[in-house]
Amino acid sequence: MAGHSTYVPKTRFARWLDERLPILRLANDTMMTFPTPRNLNFWYSFGGILTFMLGMQIVTGIVLAMHYVPAANMAFDSVENIMRDVNYGWLLRYMHSNGASFFFLAVYIHIFRGLYYGSYKAPREVLWILGVIIYVLMIATAFLGYVLPWGQMSFWAATVITNLFSSIDQILPHAGTAVTQWLWGGFAVGDPTLNRFFSLHYLLPFIIAGVVVLHIWALHVPGNNNPLGIDVRGPQDTVPFHPYYTVKDASYLCLFVILYAIVVFYLPNSLVEPDNYVPANPLVTPPEIVPEWYLLPFYAMLRSIPQKLIGVIVLFGALVTLLFVPWLDTSGVRSMRFRPLAKQFFWALVVDCVLLGYLGAHRPDAVFPGTAIPMLPFARLGTAYYFAYFWIILPLLGLIETPRPLPATIATSVTGHGVEQVNAPAE
Amino acid sequence: MATTTAAEPTRRDFIHIATAAAGGVGLAALAWPLIDQMNPSASVLALSSIEFDLSPVQAGQQVTVMWRGKPVFVRRRTPKEIAESRAVPVSSLPDQLARNANLPDSAQATDQDRTIKPEWLILVGICTHLGCIPLDHQGDFGGYLCPCHGSQYDTAGRIRRGPAPENLYVPPYAFLSPTRIKIG
Repeated sequence: MAGHSTYVPKTRFARWLDERLPILRLANDTMMTFPTPRNLNFWYSFGGILTFMLGMQIVTGIVLAMHYVPAANMAFDSVENIMRDVNYGWLLRYMHSNGASFFFLAVYIHIFRGLYYGSYKAPREVLWILGVIIYVLMIATAFLGYVLPWGQMSFWAATVITNLFSSIDQILPHAGTAVTQWLWGGFAVGDPTLNRFFSLHYLLPFIIAGVVVLHIWALHVPGNNNPLGIDVRGPQDTVPFHPYYTVKDASYLCLFVILYAIVVFYLPNSLVEPDNYVPANPLVTPPEIVPEWYLLPFYAMLRSIPQKLIGVIVLFGALVTLLFVPWLDTSGVRSMRFRPLAKQFFWALVVDCVLLGYLGAHRPDAVFPGTAIPMLPFARLGTAYYFAYFWIILPLLGLIETPRPLPATIATSVTGHGVEQVNAPAE
Repeated sequence: MATTTAAEPTRRDFIHIATAAAGGVGLAALAWPLIDQMNPSASVLALSSIEFDLSPVQAGQQVTVMWRGKPVFVRRRTPKEIAESRAVPVSSLPDQLARNANLPDSAQATDQDRTIKPEWLILVGICTHLGCIPLDHQGDFGGYLCPCHGSQYDTAGRIRRGPAPENLYVPPYAFLSPTRIKIG
């Protein structure tokens, strides 16, 4: 749908600029006239919400960096100074720390939306892979940022995560230790570690912004997928991005921001561990170390494996798996609306990820409250299902599942006229 | 330039090779400082050692001291704890190496090889799984329990159950007198 431009400069200045730097043409073609499927639903508004959240995190983050001191003996106090003395510092910090949570909430909805409607399938594989890269960069950025307040959870999160690399010792003796000491700049997490984490936490969001540009570029070549998962056949299937989707995205963004504001103003500490208001102490590990909620499923996977190296491989494997999804799903039908079997496995995956998140928040030897049922077998089962969904179920379903008939076009499906149907899969 | 199939290197070839070589060497020469700046600096590496007076520590007690930014456990074991540890055959241990900096790398994880004097267990208090600090006198083996991922160590600091791959490390230390040790 990256057709030729229909932009016509309206003023003399616009014409003058267009011949020198066609930036208004670019803006017009990508954000105004861009033909967009007319049937995009609520779940497609999260791309815009994510762009907004990235901007929000960068703006509040730059302001916080004006007051924050990345030194082990001052970091905690400087954050308290932001909270108590800096004008509106409490607001900026709460917007930033809770902004990370809402950024992840939006990205998870965005990812599951893509999985449900088959948005990763040809011709959008590169678009999907760029999205996975953004997600991994987000995880890295969030982890680095979590360390900065230098509370107990910050310190021990940094210790545990950097120690993941020491598992390399089991393949190449001493190499893992060398890597972890290189990451720390010492023999334990300390001042040099905090300093470099701050530097990288400031850098990565701009790299994310760069990959987001590629992501949107890759979106604008084939155009949006849509809830029916069928290709756009012509102008009757699309509407211009503006005003139709600018308005739709903006109104859902307002609802999302209201939810975000409720948490920022009324529940600002609901998503953090109280232990992070205790200054970092290298001699005492808190009774329970848990990551932020958005990383709990991966933490549950790590803890369910009793062997260090394999646990780490599973943890990273869960992310790497996402890169291969476009080729693991063998079905010619994109949208799960027309895939009765796949739809059930998809929802089981959603439940599985929520369950892993719940289990990740508890100690590995914990039992379900009020029962004597241990959690560990469920964490192992949940981990197995996550991998099975992508590596076994998706490839097999494409071969054995009979999809329901697909509508002929988006237009007929939306208007309900002339419902001529073609048999799937007719990719 | 005229099209030529001569095998002789041309001046253009020379410029290509020279530029690529200078660029490659320059890149490699610049890459190492950029990587190595993150490694521990000389001031951090300077081997620091500390001395510790053992006399206040009672049997069954443990004291934690800081060495090189890491906690070191100084534990005075009870005769029962020593006996329990000695009763375990080395062949039943997940990690059968002593991990004792005062002994050769190949030393076996017998209770004797984990200490210099049986009464005093000196350990780097960092779980070999992911670096948390284990809780002492806890877990099924009476030694240590790591709160992060549930690794359990016995009364000689040897891994017995859980995801940690190795025994707790024994740092380099020496007895200066019967009641004084030097760590490092």
